[in-house]
Amino acid sequence: MARFAAIKTEKEKTEELKQESYKYGFSMPENYAFKSKKGLNEEVIRMISKMKDEPEWMLKRRLEAYKLFLKREMPNWGADLSKINFDEVYYYIKPSSGQEKDWKDVPKEIKDTYDKLGIPEAEKEYLGGVKAQYESEVVYGSLKESLVKQGILFMGMDEALKKHPEIVAEYFGKVVGGGDNKFASLNTAVWSGGSFIYIPKGVKVELPLQAYFRINAANMGQFERTMIIVDEGAYVHYVEGCTAPIYSTDSLHAAVVEIFVKKNARCRYTTIQNWSTNVYNLVTKRAWVEENGIMEWVDGNLGSKVTMKYPSVILAGDGARGEILSVAVGGKDQHQDAGGKCIHLAKNTSSRIISKSISLNGGRASYRGMVQINKGAKNSRSKVVCDALILDKDSRSDTYPVNKISESDVTLEHEATVSKIGEEQLFYLMSRGFEEHEAEAMIVNGFVEPIVKELPMEYAVELNRLIGLQMEGSVG
Amino acid sequence: MLQISNLSVLIEEKQILTGLGLEIKPGEVHAIMGPNGSGKSTLAYALAGHPKYEISDVRSRMSDVGVSIKIDGEEISEASPDERSKKGLYLATQYPMAVPGLTTMNFLWQIYKTRNMIHETRFMNKTEDKKPITLVEFRKWMEAQAKQLGLKPELLKRGLNDGFSGGEKKKTEVLQMLVSKPKYIILDEIDSGLDVDALKKIALTVAKMAKEEKVGVLVITHYSRILKYLVPDRVHVVKNGQIVAEGGLELVDEIETSGFKVKEN
Repeated sequence: MARFAAIKTEKEKTEELKQESYKYGFSMPENYAFKSKKGLNEEVIRMISKMKDEPEWMLKRRLEAYKLFLKREMPNWGADLSKINFDEVYYYIKPSSGQEKDWKDVPKEIKDTYDKLGIPEAEKEYLGGVKAQYESEVVYGSLKESLVKQGILFMGMDEALKKHPEIVAEYFGKVVGGGDNKFASLNTAVWSGGSFIYIPKGVKVELPLQAYFRINAANMGQFERTMIIVDEGAYVHYVEGCTAPIYSTDSLHAAVVEIFVKKNARCRYTTIQNWSTNVYNLVTKRAWVEENGIMEWVDGNLGSKVTMKYPSVILAGDGARGEILSVAVGGKDQHQDAGGKCIHLAKNTSSRIISKSISLNGGRASYRGMVQINKGAKNSRSKVVCDALILDKDSRSDTYPVNKISESDVTLEHEATVSKIGEEQLFYLMSRGFEEHEAEAMIVNGFVEPIVKELPMEYAVELNRLIGLQMEGSVG
Repeated sequence: MLQISNLSVLIEEKQILTGLGLEIKPGEVHAIMGPNGSGKSTLAYALAGHPKYEISDVRSRMSDVGVSIKIDGEEISEASPDERSKKGLYLATQYPMAVPGLTTMNFLWQIYKTRNMIHETRFMNKTEDKKPITLVEFRKWMEAQAKQLGLKPELLKRGLNDGFSGGEKKKTEVLQMLVSKPKYIILDEIDSGLDVDALKKIALTVAKMAKEEKVGVLVITHYSRILKYLVPDRVHVVKNGQIVAEGGLELVDEIETSGFKVKEN
């Protein structure tokens, strides 16, 4: 680009990118309670389970999944995963002795991290509850007193397995099985941390519940497991954010999220993923939706080296609805392979996928999605809109839509556009006094606006700011 | 003063303007008239700094003065479009671009904020109405201005120029102009595709800015009708990339009756 301004040298650009684009790249000293050796084998898994003092059935599930993990080939249909070396990963790091309810009890280095990320402040201002996971464990947790009184459960998965083993046993692995895919198997084998949420019948949680995931150590593998159960007629909005330091070696994040939306219930799950660009982010997220239930995934992927993530909804009850809003920004050395899946099993179900992908600075952003309507899912509707914006000639965008329709009485719509930022558009905005990168950011923010407007204001501002930062390094 | 000296412009190596010179003092209205393809719009874009319009330093037989565009003595011929804008130049284009998702009101507010920072003192001008400070005040002010121009305020909630009619786009250009607080305005065929009512409103708004805020105006047009409301102090006829005739209002009448075959001076 640089049609309007002096071209910056490659070096200047790299420096700028380092300094400005990713302000979460700092790391803290490791004063950990426990750090496993690199690499994975049965012993490591038994050790994790033992340290957590888990019931026997969970260890069994872990070991079964580990066998499946070893058996399965690396997926080769999406992003390039050939550089992942499973022997170089730390599979379990226990950062502190336990989970705290008060920030002042959290070890200083860890608390400093969350202070820099602004979490305690956000908690005071607009959140109903917070979980903070550092490496493998949840180090801090809070839930507003009023929500506790209504019977809402919001805790770490490990804590839930101890306090509510019957609920965990009932739902664990129900929508994402231990053999679902290689990384779901890996997660099932070594999972640690993650959120557990139960919203009782008819309870509507107005303020979002937020979890914050942070990787600190180099070569860390984070494998949190999240389970959300929204009982009949209830509502919850769960938000997660993720960051990590910049390292020259790669880290791995392979989470599993299972959600159960009961009759007439609604769940909204918002992710602002901003991992540093040395993280492989390979996540399986799926929701099971019953009669007239609503599941909404709002998925923002800005960071990571490689992301492969396709939040899914299984519309199992009559009239169930699923919505997936996905924004992916693929910058320098990044490949975002994102999208969504909607599987219609029941009558009168409806789904919508809106995907907006942006590629710049030689990055790549792909949309990969599937709509499946089974026989008998009469009068079902699905709409897929995927728009791509390519900022320069070195960047790439791909679309891989799949439709599997086995019922004739359905409506299916698909729209796709690919656009580039035109010189005329840039000139027009610049002639109003905006610098080139500001003008570009305006166009890009406008492009993602249909999704950003769905976010609570604080997150919308954050998303726009993050995109703006990506753009600042983009001149050239 | 906006001073243009010996301006030659190339588009893809083809010469469009040759050695054009012009001076516009604060508060003056100048009209540029001329047939299609004479280089009128090229002048507008070259002044605003569009990268496709290459300014070249061709010394002609007539003059050996170097090419120069100055705003109040400051050279801007090599400045980027945003720098020119910040120095006080505003181009209302013939084809405003749409930016879907960039809310018009939000965009106007962004312009306003940058301007407030640059020209705080000008915004605090005592002779004007009290200027809005907060977004809420600003929104009210903009909605009132939109109504005055005959533009539905609801439109300001939509993406910039996204799905706007020709007239709506032109009126939005005027709103941007109001918040930009320019010192010099270039209107590039703003009258094309406008009904008489809209034309009158826009022209009178600009005329008021010229008179009350001493803004210099360059109005580029095919037709004389806009000049009834935005009365020029000086008229220039451009043909084949050069000014071939200059004069007062009488030149407009001459063009009205005999077309662009005016007597060249």
